[in-house]
Amino acid sequence: MSRLRSTNAMILAGLAVLALLGVIAVAAPWIAPYDPEALDVMGVMGPPSLAHPFGLDVLGRDVLSRVLYSLRVSLLVSISAVAVATLLAVPLGLLAGYFGRWVDTAISRALDMMLVLPAMLMAITLIAILGPGSAVATLAIAMIYLPILARVMRTSTLVVTGLDYVAGSRARGASHLRVLVSHVAPNALGPVVVQASVLSAFALQLEAGLSFLGLGTQPPTPSLGGMLADGRDVLIQAPWVEIFPGLAIVIAVLAFTLLGEGLRRVFDPRGVAE
Amino acid sequence: MSGQIAFILRRVALTLPTLFVMSLVVFLIIRLVPGDPVRTMLGFRATDANVAELRQQLGLDQSLFTQYVVWIGNLLHGDLGKDIVSHAPLSELLAQRLPVTFELTGLSMLLAVAFGVPLGVWAASGGKWVNRLTEGFVIFGIAIPDFWLGIMLVLVFTGILAVLPPTGYTPFLKNPLGNLRYMVLPVSTLAVGEAAYILRTTRGAVKAVLGRPFVTFLRAKGLSPRRILFGHVLRNAGPSIVTVIGIQVGVLLGGAIIVESLFALPGVGRLIVTGINQRNYPTVQVGVLAIATIFIVVSLITDLIVGWLDPRVADGAGT
Repeated sequence: MSRLRSTNAMILAGLAVLALLGVIAVAAPWIAPYDPEALDVMGVMGPPSLAHPFGLDVLGRDVLSRVLYSLRVSLLVSISAVAVATLLAVPLGLLAGYFGRWVDTAISRALDMMLVLPAMLMAITLIAILGPGSAVATLAIAMIYLPILARVMRTSTLVVTGLDYVAGSRARGASHLRVLVSHVAPNALGPVVVQASVLSAFALQLEAGLSFLGLGTQPPTPSLGGMLADGRDVLIQAPWVEIFPGLAIVIAVLAFTLLGEGLRRVFDPRGVAE
Repeated sequence: MSGQIAFILRRVALTLPTLFVMSLVVFLIIRLVPGDPVRTMLGFRATDANVAELRQQLGLDQSLFTQYVVWIGNLLHGDLGKDIVSHAPLSELLAQRLPVTFELTGLSMLLAVAFGVPLGVWAASGGKWVNRLTEGFVIFGIAIPDFWLGIMLVLVFTGILAVLPPTGYTPFLKNPLGNLRYMVLPVSTLAVGEAAYILRTTRGAVKAVLGRPFVTFLRAKGLSPRRILFGHVLRNAGPSIVTVIGIQVGVLLGGAIIVESLFALPGVGRLIVTGINQRNYPTVQVGVLAIATIFIVVSLITDLIVGWLDPRVADGAGT
């Protein structure tokens, strides 16, 4: 009973923090105290104060306003990357797990090839080819997660396809399409949802890392990774420029992780998504 | 025994297609650049003659198949081409950069294993508060992005305590102590996240083995908990731990790309990042090739170790 309560608490807490971050991201133009690009030449690297709770950066921009605006691109890139990966992975995993044989072999081998490079290197290679930017970063992150999510979907489809009601449905004359869409897919989706939530946390970190290297979101669009790169040289003189964007990343990552772990206990007690 | 040898041969043979696909990916980097990669590399001020010269030097005027064969042939002869900015042979550049990346990732992994495995065993066999403490470390170790952790470490150890140099590098052979002083922060930065993963896996694996009937039997037989843990449980939990360490090497190599840039370490990762910013594609190719090869070789070694630790894996692959 207490386990159930703590599971619900995890999911609720994760969702609540994410909803808050989402509202902040959407409403940034209305709640940010300053224009994220406005320069206050007199206040360059000013410490946190009542007027500027997170201080000012190296160009005299308000750090709080920039963090609020940065959440937009960070959440947008990480959530859309995972969404794109999931949308592609679900049908691929479903087909591979349901039909098996050569369909499975073809899809699985193709996905294996995408795992030849370590994740970060894969992202950087794609960016080397297509050029830096948030759109390319989104695509790169989606490409990294596609094989992982498809594999989870395949495994969970295999489990569901073996159940009696699927065979029963086929025996009653339902078409493959009908069986897949109305019986297999809904029951096999749980572990993918769990994994997608966990991966969103890593996607956020990855986007920040890429932007930190100058390969993700490009200035003047404020991003958490970009802010960390901007303040790197004045770390000792103005640590607030580095502390607050980093804390924002940690909070968002923890929220996604909490949600993912909570969902795992509900939707994937067998641990398919591990 | 022959099963073991067959397993090794099969696993080694499996790396060949992987290496082939990886080489194709690396080969295509420069060829997939939208527009004219040579113009992009040389910038808009390049003359037509310059463009034609570099295109010929890179062999881009030939058919794709010929290009690949020539490229692979050169690679196998140790000819990696030239850096188009500094004109230095890339094999020399790589020879300077690789030791730095090896030192960074090697020491980080060593540190992560040295902390993660014992703490994981302790967490699996220890009481409630040990569990809570290690759980907290795992959650934060995974949630904190490594580059931000690095920045915070610099803030504390160079900014506030002033005990370590901020960024820079001296070769180990020139000045071993100075080298280590520069490596402490980058190595710790990478090791924390890795240690968290290794701790989590070790804890899970050891817990799973502790629940198996043979452990109950050994307890009933009167073996001391210490002997059960070190003589039997660890041996059985070993394969999962080694597997995760192998997977984490890929994460570590990816993290090294960021951490090298953050701490201004002249490793392969930084070579790739500056290469991308300068549109220096041959250098990017060689960097990606080097890291991907290390990754593939480490995966191979890991699988072989797992097969050796747990002969059932080797047998299963042989049937």
